[in-house]
Amino acid sequence: MRRNYQLFVLLFPIIFWLVCFFLLPLVSVFIYSFLARGTYGGVQWHFTLENYGRLFDGLYLGILWRSVSTALVCTAVCLLLGYPFAYYLARYRPKHRNILLLLVVVPFWTNFLIRTYAWILILRTEGLLNSFLGVVFPNWGPLELLNTPLAVQIGLVYGYLPFMILPLYAALEQLDMSLLEAAQDLGASPRRAFWHVTLPLSLPGILAGSMLVFIPTVGAFLTPDLLGGGKVSYIGNVIERQFKTARDWPFGSALSFMLMGIVLVGTVLYFRALQQDESQTT
Amino acid sequence: MKRILEANIGLVFFFLYVPILAVVVFSFNSGEQLSVWEGFTFSWYMKLFEDAALWRACRNSLIVAGVATAVSTIIGTTAALAIERYRFRFRTALTRCLYLPVIIPDIVLAIALLAFYVQTPIPLGLVSVIIAHCVFNVAYVTIVVRARLQGYDNTLEEAARDLGANEWQTFWRITFPLIAPGIIGGALLAFTLSIDDFVVTFFTAGVGYTTLSVHIYSQLKFGITPKINAISTMLLANSIVFILLFLWFQGGASTTQKQEI
Repeated sequence: MRRNYQLFVLLFPIIFWLVCFFLLPLVSVFIYSFLARGTYGGVQWHFTLENYGRLFDGLYLGILWRSVSTALVCTAVCLLLGYPFAYYLARYRPKHRNILLLLVVVPFWTNFLIRTYAWILILRTEGLLNSFLGVVFPNWGPLELLNTPLAVQIGLVYGYLPFMILPLYAALEQLDMSLLEAAQDLGASPRRAFWHVTLPLSLPGILAGSMLVFIPTVGAFLTPDLLGGGKVSYIGNVIERQFKTARDWPFGSALSFMLMGIVLVGTVLYFRALQQDESQTT
Repeated sequence: MKRILEANIGLVFFFLYVPILAVVVFSFNSGEQLSVWEGFTFSWYMKLFEDAALWRACRNSLIVAGVATAVSTIIGTTAALAIERYRFRFRTALTRCLYLPVIIPDIVLAIALLAFYVQTPIPLGLVSVIIAHCVFNVAYVTIVVRARLQGYDNTLEEAARDLGANEWQTFWRITFPLIAPGIIGGALLAFTLSIDDFVVTFFTAGVGYTTLSVHIYSQLKFGITPKINAISTMLLANSIVFILLFLWFQGGASTTQKQEI
């Protein structure tokens, strides 16, 4: 009895908070997504499927595709940069390794707005990159990089690269080196040993890192807003516009649910892949 | 092969740090131009002290982050204790549910809270922002404190109880000091997330309740001045202090525990 009372006291705050300020808001967005738009913002209380129908408009499918493909490219680039990085770090002298690791974590704790702003400083027409290029190649005109999809892509890779490196490092650091020695003793070339031993064993890290990069980038709002200059739309920006300027809350809600759907599919695929990996290794 | 790996390390660090260094260097630039070096000055920092709107935003950020950290640290710690110490029916469901605020895109959380607030008597102001920040903060605090509780030695508590301590004494004299580094780590993380948050604040703060992040955003959108470099550098220095504190508490904790064993 006493134990039940203790448990209740410990659990009540978290359950209260999650139900009131997390689940209820999600339910209210879900309900909103089936309502009609009010004349002056707000909603009209009658049921409609029109908001979901509008998602299949060519314009929104295009934006959706742009968001998903940008997030996929971002994940791939982070993996290509991050894997060799984590691989090298995991084999580095332990004493200096922690300092290098700390240097990866610093940007992770730094304000995201500022890290994004830093790229405005670099990519502007009169920015640092163009001043540098102007010295090296005086004949070239300045490159117009800011407010392009490329700028958004760079900003996203920059913002989320640490999220890829840290889980990869965790996976590669735990790797049992004797397995690699065994492979080499049995005559495998270093390349073969890498493809058949290291890579499969680091798969959980690859999957976790990819999840941690893909999920926030697919719904990114700030990076496209600041580095894309509002000229190229991503799903996060369209949602923001529905709530802040267009005042079409029901449609914004439907878009949010579609975004959640993508994230959920990603999560399910992740757990599937992880389970498959576990069943293969055991 | 080794060459390629080393080149990649250099490339990644160059990529990670050049933008940050550029901001720091140009915060000392005397010119009005954002990224053309003209000379050394402290004047942008001096101008920060005269900026009343900036200080108001700073104060709001500190209030929000302070209260949200306190509330979410308590809720997150009790949740972590319940999950690690008790077996109850919906335990798995709760632990999964607690990961949702972490993986859900922040824009979805932001608009969901906005849509919810307009249906309730809670006005859009600082309170609505604090409540919203607690939603993601509790999830992170729970994760950090749970990690601490998992590597925890139960025999110490049993010993305390054998020696006649009641549950309350056992908690404050044994459990709490042992998990304190986890709680402090969780609180530092929550505070940082809260100060840095832009998206959720942007949607849930009412007009006139600008926090530091929202203030910086509006400056970036409507007229960048070199002052922003100085603000950024100050925030950067702040982040570095916080990481060092976080690592110190986490690292110091593991050495004291080893000594005890």
